[in-house]
Amino acid sequence: MKLTLEIWRQKNAQAKGQMVTYPIDGIDGDMSFLEMMDVLNNELINKGDEPVVFDHDCREGICGSCSMFINGEAHGPDRLVTTCQLHMRKFKDGDTITIEPWRAAGFPVIKDLMVDRSAFDRIQHAGGFISINTSGNTQDANAIPIEKADADAAFDAATCIGCGACVASCKNSSAMLFVSAKVSQFSLLPQGKVEATDRVMNMVKQMDEEGFGNCTNTGACEVECPKGISLENIARMNREFMTASMKG
Amino acid sequence: MALDSKIPQGPLADKWTNYKNEINLVNPANKRLIDVIVVGTGLAGGSAAATLAELGYNVKAFCFQDSPRRAHSIAAQGGINAAKNYQGDGDSTYRLFYDTVKGGDYRSREANVYRLAEVSANIIDQCVAQGVPFARDYGGLLDNRSFGGVLVSRTFYAKGQTGQQLLLGAYSAMNRQIGRGKIKMYNRHEMLDVVKVDGKARGIITRNLVTGEIERHSAHAVVLGTGGYGNVFYLSTNAMGSNVTAAWKAHKRGAHFANPCYTQIHPTCIPVSGDHQSKLTLMSESLRNDGRIWVPAKKEDSIAIREGRLKPTEIKEDDRDYYLERRYPAFGNLVPRDVASRAAKERCDAGFGVNKTGEAVYLDFASAIQRYGKEQAYIQHLDANDAAVVKKLGKEVVKNKYGNLFQMYEKIVDQNPYETPMMIYPAVHYTMGGLWVDYNLQTSVEGLYAIGEANFSDHGANRLGASALMQGLADGYFVLPYTIGDYLSNDIRTGPISTDTKEFEEAEQNVRKQVDALVNNNGSKAVDYFHKKLGKIMWNKCGMSRNTADLESAIEEIATLRKDFYKDVRVPGTQNEFNEELAKALRVADFLELGELFAKDALTRNESCGGHFREESIELDGPQKGEAKRDDENFTFVSAWEYKGEPKDAVLHKEGLEYKNIELKQRSYK
Repeated sequence: MKLTLEIWRQKNAQAKGQMVTYPIDGIDGDMSFLEMMDVLNNELINKGDEPVVFDHDCREGICGSCSMFINGEAHGPDRLVTTCQLHMRKFKDGDTITIEPWRAAGFPVIKDLMVDRSAFDRIQHAGGFISINTSGNTQDANAIPIEKADADAAFDAATCIGCGACVASCKNSSAMLFVSAKVSQFSLLPQGKVEATDRVMNMVKQMDEEGFGNCTNTGACEVECPKGISLENIARMNREFMTASMKG
Repeated sequence: MALDSKIPQGPLADKWTNYKNEINLVNPANKRLIDVIVVGTGLAGGSAAATLAELGYNVKAFCFQDSPRRAHSIAAQGGINAAKNYQGDGDSTYRLFYDTVKGGDYRSREANVYRLAEVSANIIDQCVAQGVPFARDYGGLLDNRSFGGVLVSRTFYAKGQTGQQLLLGAYSAMNRQIGRGKIKMYNRHEMLDVVKVDGKARGIITRNLVTGEIERHSAHAVVLGTGGYGNVFYLSTNAMGSNVTAAWKAHKRGAHFANPCYTQIHPTCIPVSGDHQSKLTLMSESLRNDGRIWVPAKKEDSIAIREGRLKPTEIKEDDRDYYLERRYPAFGNLVPRDVASRAAKERCDAGFGVNKTGEAVYLDFASAIQRYGKEQAYIQHLDANDAAVVKKLGKEVVKNKYGNLFQMYEKIVDQNPYETPMMIYPAVHYTMGGLWVDYNLQTSVEGLYAIGEANFSDHGANRLGASALMQGLADGYFVLPYTIGDYLSNDIRTGPISTDTKEFEEAEQNVRKQVDALVNNNGSKAVDYFHKKLGKIMWNKCGMSRNTADLESAIEEIATLRKDFYKDVRVPGTQNEFNEELAKALRVADFLELGELFAKDALTRNESCGGHFREESIELDGPQKGEAKRDDENFTFVSAWEYKGEPKDAVLHKEGLEYKNIELKQRSYK
C-alpha cells in the first residue's frame, strides 16, 4: 500500500505546531497502525530526521497509552479498538490519512502526537478510591454477597483504560464519561457506598478545575470509546451528584 | 561473599508468623522520618508504594509511563490464584505451595513459596474491599476457574482483564496516598542508576523523559518493582517499554542476578505475521480448556496450507495430528506451558507447521462448539441432530466464555475463529529469573529490595498460570512492608539523606557520560536494528531448546553485536527533550549485556528444568523417552551471578536448595 500521511508536528509545549506531509510506501494490511508509524519513523531516522513522537506501550489495547486522532476520529475508523489494535487493512492504497493529537485544554501537547493526561490522574487522586488500608485485616471476601448484575455492571464501568478518547471526541472536551465510569464502579458496589457523597463531589470539583467542559448529551464519547463505556454511567453520576448536593 | 537466604528456623508452616513476631518494628512517629523510593508501579511496585505510605513512610514512586495505571501488569488476562478453598474441592495453603514448587520443576525456595501461598487468601479479601469487581456467580459470591497444571479451582478472575482490575485497585490505593501527600509520584521518569553510600542503597539517579533532566533522589531504602526482561528477545508479549535497565544497573552496583536463563515461553500467542512485527499478543491459557491443538498429519497437507491451496477445515479428521493428546494422553491439551511450547516447536521444526511462515499450529474450537451445541439442544429440547441448530447454540456458549479473546484474534489476524481454527505459536511471556533476594526480599546490596517479576524467588524454573499476579501483590501488600521495617528500624536516627555527596556526584556523572556518548555517537543504524538482531540470536539460540554449540556461539555473537552497537548506533535529536530513541538506546545497551549473561547461565546449567530445555539432557529410554531430564544431583541450586565487568567475567555463586517438605519427583504428564 502507498499512503500519504498528514501528521501534526510540534517541537514542544511552547512551540507552534503544523501539519507535515509524509508519503509512505510498502505498507502491509497486516501491520497495526503503530507498526506503520514505526516504518515511517525508521525511514525518518535513516534520513537523519527526527521521528514522530507518540505515546504507546502495551500494543494490545489495554494500557490506554496510545492516543491518536485519525481522520477526525479518536483511535481511527474502526470501533471498539485503540490505535494499537487498528490494522492497516482498514485503509486503501492511495489513501491520505490525517493524524493529530488529542485536542483539549485539559490535555496540553508535550510533543507531536503526545499529550499530557495527568489531569486524569489528579481527578483520581481527588476520590477515585475506597478508603481502606491495605493491611490484610479486612473481612473475608465472601462476607458481602453482591448481586451478579451489579458486579457485572461495576466491572463494565471499571474497564475504562483512561486513554482520553472521550475528551478528544467531545465538542465540549468533557471528561464526564471517564469520571462517571469510576464513580459508577464504586457506587454500584456496597464497599463504595460508604463514601459515595464525598467521592462524587470531590471528583467533579477536580474535573471542573482541570478545565474539562460539560456534557451536552451528544454521545460522541460513547461511540468512540474503545472499551464501550456506556452513557448510562454519566446518568448515574448525575444522580449521585444530585443526591450528594442535596445532602451536602 | 557467601549467599545467606536468611530463611527463618522452625517448621515450614510457622516460619512467617514467627518471623513477623520477632523482627524489629519502626514506631509510627519515626516512620515519618524515613523515606523510601519505589521504582515501578505495576502490581508489585504500586501495592508496595501504597502500603508503605499507609504505614507512614514518605514514599517517592517512579514510573516511565505517563501514569502509574499503565504499567504492564495491566495486560494480564487470566486470573489470580488464592488458596481460599471456596469451591470445597480440597484446596489448602499446602496444596498451593506444593503445586507451585512442582510446577516450578523444584527450583524455587520452599520457605518463600509457602509464605506466598499463605498470604494468597488475604490478597482476595484485600482486593474485594478495595472495590475490585471480580466475577461472581448468581448467589453473589466469588466465582473461580481452573488453570493448567493443577487439580483444583482456585483462580479468581475478572473476565479476561484480571490484571487490569487488580492494577487499578493498587492504583486507587496509591491515588489515596498521593492525594494525602504521602506518595510523591514521578511519572515519565526512568531510573538509570542506584546510588550506594557506605555500602547501602541510598538513592537513585533518574532521567525525566520529557525534559531530559538528570535528577538525584535520595531515600533510606530503594525498592525495585520493575518487572521482567522478556524484551531481550525483541519480540515478546511484554509492553514496548518493558526493560531490564533498573535491575541491570542494580546488578552493576553489586546485586546478584539469579537464574537469568529461566524464561517462560507461552504456548498460545498469535504468530508473527512479518518483519514489521513489533510485539506479540497472548491468547489466554484458558482457551486450552476447550480448544484442541493440531497440525496436519501429512507433510504435503502442511505445504498445501502454507501455499494457500488447502484450508484447514478441508482436512479430514484422520489426517490431523492432535499431537498433545497423542503424546500426553493424561493431560492432553492442558499440559504445562513449557511442555506445550516445546511440542509445538517440535512439529513445526519437523515441517508440519501452518501459516505462511510455517511457524504456527492450530487451536481448534470445532469440537467444543459441537459438544456445547448438543448439550444446549438437549437442555432447550431442540433437535440435536440438526447441524445448523447445534452449531448456532455451540457458538453462543463459546462466545460467552471467550468472546473478547475471539474478537481480539479476529481484529489482529482478520480470520473468524468460530469458522476456521485459530493459529497460534509460542512466544516469550515472563521471566522467572531476576535479582537474587533473601527471605526479606533484599538483594545482595543492603537496603536495595526487589519485588514481583523483578526478583527470582518464587517460580523456580517455570511459573504456573495465574501466579504472577499473586506474587506481585503478595510481595507488595503483605511481605515487603513487614520485612523492610526490620531494616529501616536502624535508620530512625539517620536523618534525611543528602544528595550533595560524592557518591551521588559519581553516579550522576556516570549517567551523563553514557547519555552524552549515545547522543553524540553519530552512527548509521537505528536502535531497533540492534535490538532485532539481539532478539534473533536469543530466539534462535537461547529460546525453547538450547545446546552447547548454540549457546557458545550466542555468547560470542552478542559480545560482537554489543561492540557494533557502540560503534554504529544512531540516536537522533538531543538529550534535553523527549527523545524516545535515546530512551530505547539506553535500554538496549543493557539488554546487550544481560543477553550474554543469559546465554552463559543457560550454558552453565547443563540440565533440563522447567522452561530451560537442554538438548543434551533428555530421557534416553523408558516411557519418558525424549522428555526433559532434570539433574537434581548436580543442579539443585540457584545460580546467582556477581558482576565483574564484562558479562563473560561474571562469577557464579550457588545457593543450594533444600526440600524438606516435598519429595523431588520427575514431572510426568503422560
